[in-house]
Amino acid sequence: MTDAEFLEYVQSGGQVEVDDWMPEEFRLLLIKFIEMHGNSELMGVLPEREWILRAPTLQRKLALTAKVQDEVGHAQLIYRVVEDLGKPREESLDDLVAGRAKFHNVFHYPTKTWGDVGVIAWLVDAAAIISQKALLKCSYAPYARIMKKICWEESFHILHGRDVVLTMMNGTDEQRELVQEAVTRWWTPLMHFHGNPIPPDEDPMYLWRIKSQGNEEARQQFLDGYVPQIWELGLEVPDPKLRKGDDGVWAYTEPDWEELRQVVTGHGPKTAERLELRRFTREQTAWVRRVVLSNAVAA
Amino acid sequence: MSAQALLEIADDELILGWRNSEWTGIAPFLEEDVAFSSIAQNEIGHARALYALAAEELGTTPDELAFDRAPDEYRCSRLVALRLVPDWARTIARHHLYERADAIRIAALKSHSDQRIAGLAAKIEREETYHRLHAEMWHERLREEPRYVEALGELEPLLEQRDAGIEELAPLWEEMTMVRRSVPGATW
Amino acid sequence: MIFEVFRRERKGQPFQHAGSLDAPNAVFAEAYAREQYGRRGESAALWIAPRSALREIDDFVDELGRNYHRVDGYPLKEKLKEARERAGTAGDR
Repeated sequence: MTDAEFLEYVQSGGQVEVDDWMPEEFRLLLIKFIEMHGNSELMGVLPEREWILRAPTLQRKLALTAKVQDEVGHAQLIYRVVEDLGKPREESLDDLVAGRAKFHNVFHYPTKTWGDVGVIAWLVDAAAIISQKALLKCSYAPYARIMKKICWEESFHILHGRDVVLTMMNGTDEQRELVQEAVTRWWTPLMHFHGNPIPPDEDPMYLWRIKSQGNEEARQQFLDGYVPQIWELGLEVPDPKLRKGDDGVWAYTEPDWEELRQVVTGHGPKTAERLELRRFTREQTAWVRRVVLSNAVAA
Repeated sequence: MSAQALLEIADDELILGWRNSEWTGIAPFLEEDVAFSSIAQNEIGHARALYALAAEELGTTPDELAFDRAPDEYRCSRLVALRLVPDWARTIARHHLYERADAIRIAALKSHSDQRIAGLAAKIEREETYHRLHAEMWHERLREEPRYVEALGELEPLLEQRDAGIEELAPLWEEMTMVRRSVPGATW
Repeated sequence: MIFEVFRRERKGQPFQHAGSLDAPNAVFAEAYAREQYGRRGESAALWIAPRSALREIDDFVDELGRNYHRVDGYPLKEKLKEARERAGTAGDR
């Protein structure tokens, strides 16, 4: 098969398995894209795990621990796919902590209150699920398959987020203020989340059908699904231009794409601190991996 | 069985579960991270069920017992209160020691005259089977590691020290209750 | 060591490949598979096997188009039409 024939194959819905021939460009793009997803799950754990220790009821404590556990589980699934494509997990993690690899913008920002816990699980996870559903049709089948388990597990995350938010909105003025303040702070990262509006036919990820949806389409889906949910609670979105046009398209203030670029290239407010925490805990537990993983013996 | 005696076991499970949950996201490797987090969640679940029994007698709720007492009112052991992250050797040493001792305690509870306590003990024991398997699995793997052997020696005496050091518990309590205390009486 | 995990969702269903994990041995692999594929009670049963124990077969030959043991080897439409005409039952349906 030539590169051109392969491109036509995936563009007409064809999928490939791990041992199939694939153009080198495709394989490298896959590794980069899928690794970034794994990195994001792993880095996303860090802002959330602080709040596991501060959860205000036993039920919330259990739910949040289970949510973060799911994300670690997703990272495990994702890095396994990357490893089978040829890049060992330790190498991916080395690149991550050295700042050589990317992860999604939202995980470079601080979490400040329990309001963030609700808003992240409700809105950030919602934005992520839209992207993840578009990956269910990925031309690389092993990745498409793990996305099925990931999407299924994420369904409780959004409900948990909504439950936390609704409970606070039905609570005291202080609690409502926590939610509003978190929505205000997270709005810019949420608008950045799906990436700059590069047309799908200029996006290599779309051309190779790694993604089956353009960035702007994903963002519109997010706005359409979740702005009404935000507004119906009496919450405000800090964008006076935000409205749905008669043509069904949401208009909004153009986000600062340079800020997004700065953040994902390692200059977010919490990037350095979180990478350092990963580096530190990895270093402290390196002996465990040496003892346990490197010399497999019969049980 | 008095509520106070139930609280001793419940507090052990709560605080140990809380400490074990500190590893979620930063455990030595991903597969273990997922497994260890389940153990932490089970422990909190056991605490909750035990608190529910004690709460009936004391006229309160599990959440109030878990969060609304002062640090010096918890009846957990010194061992479970220690913050051990990022030391995996000591974490597994505690896990091994605790599960071994807890198995004896729970087995005894299964023959309690109060059916609800006996019934709950049986359920807890069935879940704890997997905790013990996990602890033994790691114990086998690490038993030749000097730092693990040292950790076992250091931690074993703390099992029976009932008065959890306020130095360990107070900072944990601060963090555990900070959101809850921020809006007293609120529903979360 | 990579272990492959297969899961049976519920009784009556076959085991299906669920994923893979890295573990030092089968004891660890069992503990990890249990949590990664069963912590929500989403599986009735799991199989685990080292990847090295599995052998894949993905090449099959049929150079001479052997259709005698497949449904497409039996186009009966024309023969049935002829037989009905012979029996005078072509119009009855």
